Amino acid sequence: MRLLPYGDRALLAEFATQEAVLGALAAWQDAPPGVLELVPAARTVLVRIDPGVLGLRHLEHWLTTAPRAEAALPAGTEVEIPVRYDGGDVAVVAQAWACSPEEVAERHAAREWVCAFVGFAPGFPYLVPADGTAALPPVARRSTSRTTVPAGAVALAAEYCGIYPRSSPGGWQLIGTTDAALWDAARGDPALVTPGTRVRFTRVVP
Amino acid sequence: MRSPDALASSSAPHPVVRVLAADGRAVVQDLGRGGLAHLGVSGSGAFDRAAHRLSNRLVGNPEHAAALEVLLGGVRLALPAGCWLAVTGAWGLVTLDGELLDPHTAVRTSLPRELELGPATHGVRYTVAVRGGVAMAETLGSRSRDTLAALGPAPLAAGDVLPIGPEPEDPVPPADLVPVDPPTTGLAELDVRPGPRLEWLTADARDLLLGVEWQVSARSDRTGVRLEGARLDLARHGELASEGMLRGSIQISPDGAPTVLGPDHPVTGGYPVALVVTEASLDRLAQLRPGQPVRLRLVAGRP
Repeated sequence: MRLLPYGDRALLAEFATQEAVLGALAAWQDAPPGVLELVPAARTVLVRIDPGVLGLRHLEHWLTTAPRAEAALPAGTEVEIPVRYDGGDVAVVAQAWACSPEEVAERHAAREWVCAFVGFAPGFPYLVPADGTAALPPVARRSTSRTTVPAGAVALAAEYCGIYPRSSPGGWQLIGTTDAALWDAARGDPALVTPGTRVRFTRVVP
Repeated sequence: MRSPDALASSSAPHPVVRVLAADGRAVVQDLGRGGLAHLGVSGSGAFDRAAHRLSNRLVGNPEHAAALEVLLGGVRLALPAGCWLAVTGAWGLVTLDGELLDPHTAVRTSLPRELELGPATHGVRYTVAVRGGVAMAETLGSRSRDTLAALGPAPLAAGDVLPIGPEPEDPVPPADLVPVDPPTTGLAELDVRPGPRLEWLTADARDLLLGVEWQVSARSDRTGVRLEGARLDLARHGELASEGMLRGSIQISPDGAPTVLGPDHPVTGGYPVALVVTEASLDRLAQLRPGQPVRLRLVAGRP
């Protein structure tokens, strides 16, 4: 882990792998008072503090001495998400994976995924294969973003699988659609998938 | 005399503010929704938090009560009789039934009145507080409009009816006027500290970032304030994996321009953050006018 400066209200902890990020996130849940927020991402956790309660020096000390579950993915809740594999970019993904369009659905649904972080929009999960060895070849983003991606679109970019909670512009490759409500601000748990949640995609034939 | 008793006896059972005119850039804000970044929700909340707190204090509201954040003007509101209000933040042509209203002053409408927020001359964002607060429904514990995530009450539109909340416990404080200088229209200085990716810039680009007099771009909003005036070159290329962002993060876009993130910033982003605006300078960001000169000043020493 490497600690990087982030102004007067935060530190950025950087890790070598996505798994280490999730391990640290799980281990840091009992953070000291004054830690306002942990923001996980691909290789980093941003730790935001209230400087009136906890100084940056104290935070640095705590982060370097707190226990860390390196490389251990926490066991989160499990969610099943039904998908129609009808996305407009299945052929592009098939090429990247060197398989047939039919096999894209099979390979995608065969894996168990885990949510590494949520970003881009409320409730938009960045999913990675739960078993690190089950990684699929990375998929390049579209060279030009679509102005509108429909809500429920299941999409791939780089090492991630994402699901668009609402209609928005987007540059990821679309492989399918789900009716699952990824985000509902009026719900007790507004995000269906949060960091650590395990996701199984089940194939729905339209 | 500012007697709360007189107010209680004269206010209607369910007083409301009616929006007569708005241009889609005026929004409801409180102090935001913190602690939800792991769900992809950023803090949002009043851009000029000091102005927000002051407007609420002036009318005896708790500091977090919801108020209106009006960008540049273009808003007319019908206020009920017996309504205390205060306007802070930007200075400009603000009138109550055609008469100029002093900034940072609590006034009470004896009769139904029309408040007009005309062009701002200092700063860009007015804060309008009414006693009792604007009682819109909460989303995730806040009444703030997050313009990027489309959370919270929709921007004000003509015909909207905004309920006013119940009488707060505290009286309207006796101070008539709070002496606060108007937002500067000259050179604005923002204190900054190093961000995580400062070394991604070339040495020349770092010198430029901290040495140049930047200009505020017209392409600025609650998501970010874009600065123009020089092109910053990166010493490192290749994509940066998405990482957490904060209000005040200064991202360097691929076109070499710095953007200072505002309250409705995305939770994560993939452009390198070279500097971060200090907590004490954040509110100043809210009042920068397009074309206004800005200098970034590196604060020395450990925070």
